[in-house]
Amino acid sequence: MHRFIPPRIVQKIMNGVFWASGLITLAILLIIIGYVLFKGMPVVNLEFLLGDPVDSGRSGGIFPFIMSSIYVTLIAVLVATPLGVGAAVYLSEYAGENTLVKLIRFGSETLASIPSIIFGLFGLAFFVIYLEIGWSVLSGGLTLALMALPTILSASEVSIESINKSYAEGSLALGATKWQTIYKVVIPASLPGITTGVILGMGRAIAEAAAVLYTVGAALMIPTSLMDAARPLPLHLYILATEGLSMENAWGTATVLVIMILIITVVTNTLVDNYRKKMMGR
Amino acid sequence: MEYRIEVENLNVYFDELHILKDVSLKIPKNAVTSLIGPSGCGKSTFIRTLNRMNDLISTFKMDGTVLLDGGDIYNPKVDVVDLRKKVGMVFQKPNPFPKSIFDNVAYGLRVHGINDKDILAQKVEESLKAAALWDEVENILEKSAMGLSGGQQQRLCIARTIAVEPEVILMDEPCSALDPISTTKIEDLIHKLKNDFTIIIVTHNMQQATRVSKHTAFFLHGEIVESGLTDKIFIEPEDKRTEDYITGRFG
Repeated sequence: MHRFIPPRIVQKIMNGVFWASGLITLAILLIIIGYVLFKGMPVVNLEFLLGDPVDSGRSGGIFPFIMSSIYVTLIAVLVATPLGVGAAVYLSEYAGENTLVKLIRFGSETLASIPSIIFGLFGLAFFVIYLEIGWSVLSGGLTLALMALPTILSASEVSIESINKSYAEGSLALGATKWQTIYKVVIPASLPGITTGVILGMGRAIAEAAAVLYTVGAALMIPTSLMDAARPLPLHLYILATEGLSMENAWGTATVLVIMILIITVVTNTLVDNYRKKMMGR
Repeated sequence: MEYRIEVENLNVYFDELHILKDVSLKIPKNAVTSLIGPSGCGKSTFIRTLNRMNDLISTFKMDGTVLLDGGDIYNPKVDVVDLRKKVGMVFQKPNPFPKSIFDNVAYGLRVHGINDKDILAQKVEESLKAAALWDEVENILEKSAMGLSGGQQQRLCIARTIAVEPEVILMDEPCSALDPISTTKIEDLIHKLKNDFTIIIVTHNMQQATRVSKHTAFFLHGEIVESGLTDKIFIEPEDKRTEDYITGRFG
């Protein structure tokens, strides 16, 4: 008996293994999305999208929850993006390799791995109770901002680090200040990566139920101010399912959430691609 | 002879490494000066001292004086931004910004506060013409500079530099990443530019030094072995080490 399998055969086997891994991943994604759509699509119509909930969401629409989701996610992104990008610029352009930098990076990585329910508890203790903001769009949005922050920070840092150092040199050599260089060359060149990070952070925020569970309240109305309580889609889904109110509407809500995330992802990917092509002349 | 830059007893250190040792050199006005010497001899460090790009390296230390038009550029009162406007730089590898061709040339002007559309358009055209690139890019000014060839990119970087009207242009091996035809174009360009600018070019190519420059300084191990008229250095060098280097015995 031969001591080894011929490399040619090993190659064929490995080709198969890699192909299969790829196909299985794709299949899992398609099955989940397909199943959600299959269960949810029958409920989704214009009335469901634009109507108010009736009887605690047993019937009627989910419009207030769609608006709640948009509001809290928007707050999260608006707060976390400047902070995250600012910290990334500091880490990659200003700070050397010192203890503070290591601490910030470690802090950010740890923040990224903290379970969302703990963010929720913290949001309750800090925003809702200590700062007396109450259960509101603002408390929920700020809690989600904390969650999105590490994602945005690390993606931005990687993106800024990866752009060619010679761009910054060229700018400084023309007499630009450091700020001009960052603002006019470094950030535009790393914008595709930063945007991807923002979208990932946004995806984390829009899909989150646990972090808003204790911070946003559970109102059934469209929030009209930052201080109003609200009910983002994942939270509504969670309430519908755990309290056994309506599984059909839970699937319908899930479908709307999945479609919203798909739209955001596809639209930004297209925009980022176009921007990159324009920038790199291809 | 009139000198644009006068360097006296310049010492440069990175941490404990003594890179430039007691270097003195005078750079004549509106002429081309070549800096030659083997890799690691301090040529690049030397020109990066002239526009204070070394300031960006935290371990950089120096003593001695560097005078530009008689003024000490390391005087604490000197605005580095202002200095770099007067002393432009073209890098070894073409480094256009990932922006349009127009925006690349307009960059320095905008940074220095010029935003008038007509003035920008006029200056961009002038600079691209001066860099012998206008004819090739006239109709694609809005396209990304990243789509140009390496030689075109380098001429764009020269256009970008001359747009802010510097007095001195430092060129750090500007042709080392280019093919022979692009190299010829850049050399022709240098000939044209020397009437208006003081040019200092670092090169590894001996023929290039003889073709483009009137003056040459030969660096070895962080010191200037010999400097003077290019013809003199290449035809009858005074120092044995210069002769060995230019005849290809080492380096």
